[in-house]
Amino acid sequence: MTMAAHSTQSTPSREELVDNPYLPYPVRIDDITVESEDRSLKTFKFVFLNPDDEAKFAAYKAGQFAELSIAGVGEIPIGIASSPVEKGFIKFTVNKAGVVTSHLHNMQVGDIMGVRGPLGNWYPWETLEGKNVLIVGGGFAFTTLRSSIIYMLDPANRPKFKDITVVYGARSPGMLLYKDELIEWEKRDDLNMHITVDGTDDPDWKYNVGFVPPITEQKAPQGDPDSYAIVCGPPIMIKFTQPVLEKLGYDHDHIILSLENRMKCGIGMCGRCGIGRELVCKDGPVFTLNQINQTPREY
Amino acid sequence: MKVIKIEKSQWAEGLEKARQSMRLIGPVAEKGYHSFQELAPGQAPDLDFQNSRLSPKGLAFPQSEVMLTYTMDKNDPECGIMKEADKDYGPRAVIGIRPCDAKALALVKMNFDTDEYKDPYWLNLYNATTFVGLACDAPCATCFCTTAGSGPFDEQGLDVLLVDQPEHYLAKALTDKGTQWLQAAGFTAETDGAAAIDKAKSAAQARITAKIETEHLRGADTMALYNADFWEDVAFACINCGTCTFTCPTCWCFDIQDETSRGQGVRMRNWDSCMFPIFTVHTTGHNPRDTKIHRVRQRFMHKLKYFVDKYDQGIMCVGCGRCVNQCPVNIDIRRASALMNRVGQDARCAVQEG
Repeated sequence: MTMAAHSTQSTPSREELVDNPYLPYPVRIDDITVESEDRSLKTFKFVFLNPDDEAKFAAYKAGQFAELSIAGVGEIPIGIASSPVEKGFIKFTVNKAGVVTSHLHNMQVGDIMGVRGPLGNWYPWETLEGKNVLIVGGGFAFTTLRSSIIYMLDPANRPKFKDITVVYGARSPGMLLYKDELIEWEKRDDLNMHITVDGTDDPDWKYNVGFVPPITEQKAPQGDPDSYAIVCGPPIMIKFTQPVLEKLGYDHDHIILSLENRMKCGIGMCGRCGIGRELVCKDGPVFTLNQINQTPREY
Repeated sequence: MKVIKIEKSQWAEGLEKARQSMRLIGPVAEKGYHSFQELAPGQAPDLDFQNSRLSPKGLAFPQSEVMLTYTMDKNDPECGIMKEADKDYGPRAVIGIRPCDAKALALVKMNFDTDEYKDPYWLNLYNATTFVGLACDAPCATCFCTTAGSGPFDEQGLDVLLVDQPEHYLAKALTDKGTQWLQAAGFTAETDGAAAIDKAKSAAQARITAKIETEHLRGADTMALYNADFWEDVAFACINCGTCTFTCPTCWCFDIQDETSRGQGVRMRNWDSCMFPIFTVHTTGHNPRDTKIHRVRQRFMHKLKYFVDKYDQGIMCVGCGRCVNQCPVNIDIRRASALMNRVGQDARCAVQEG
């Protein structure tokens, strides 16, 4: 199509331009934490270069994601690990896996990159108010769950929820994310924290040993109309956790999942993350199991 | 509705007049096929065509388009910071777009113009364009627009509808934008052409005999369609070439890529296709649509069910017939739709048709 629209010499009429959702906010890498013993997981703390951008982003809710954008490399959708109650920065824990994440792992504090978001929906906080909340997480899918826990434990928010139970597991102690926080949560009496690992040779390990589904079966409270479960983890964990939750009495519309799919635009335009009529990026990533049951499982 | 009579002897002169205030785009014959291109001064659109080989969706959605630009020069304080690419959104008119293709753009607009997000690239190009359509008197054998929510004289998405007569065009001004274009071209001779237009319209509609069956899709149970037993058969011959989505006026999926050279970079988008395995593959190697059965099913389910459910505006197809015509292995959306429609007759979804 030769009439294609990118002529570079002409003057664009800026007043016609609507807000561009593809334009990332510039951010500076403020801190990098290596989270796992194999160094495959790092947490990046970003600060916004422009206070206006920070104000626009600040309205995010736990469960949303953002596109991390690196000039010359590309973008990746990553769940927001910081919590809306933490101000002045945003945090993402990134697994080194593909082109963009590998590049990001080699970037340094002070480097400039971009963030687009917040994107997608979030855990249904309005529905969860006044309810018991069970959180089941596995591996590095714990990021938006961390955001959620920090949000719920905030003194202004904790009274809004009844019992909060967390089951979180990783392959080994060295692969657990946010260890300092986990240990702190373990000591609290307003949160039932169950840390587990698939296995360990550490004789001093004082938490659980076992896969997440059986530990959930042992530790999680019974489901009832006042209880919701949020599940986030690798597909195999989700597969074996579902029958456990069913056995505990959680209805499918009380089981909340966060899906992942290959994404590009993150705003429901580019068409690739669709599962049936739903787009994981815009209609999700958070769905109830009930919703997913009515949708082709193309994730 | 105002009808303007445009003598063919005045046509070229009128276009040149219109060109003073806007760029003109129209069908041009090239290598045996027509495509929509910008018209040079003095160049008239070649309206002696059935339809363009590729759809004119690129008018609002170029196959490749720069979205953002940036420098990667470490000495530049703006290094790595994305900027909006300079764009020309000056007014332009596309002359001779077929009604089905204009309707297709109106359908695609629903994807790019949402309550939450507006795609500035698509919308700015679309809004800068006046659509001067040419009614179809000689449809292709593969056209099935009349059962796909459009038709040879469909006015949806058009600003002006031109109807070809032996010595003149009858022009229906459908919007203010259309009226302005006619005025800019100096086409102002009002006439009572309604009867002639209706006559031509009936004749054209009668020439379209191919049909797509869709009446039970809306009420059909999605998972019953998805799990139907015919998908392997429908997809059997597919070679994953992507011609169907490439030529389709209503396919809008795209990829976003960064390209860099000598310290300067652009972020661009390119047409993409659900027919390609890489479209959905995860970094882990897991691919939710890892067989062509999945992918062929996705294309038809999106067009004939997911879109129908999401917008309740009919199917995501205008019956232009390009995918039928150009598929190298003769996969036919009309057959897929007929099979789906049959399932839909028996497997109703919980929410019945209103």
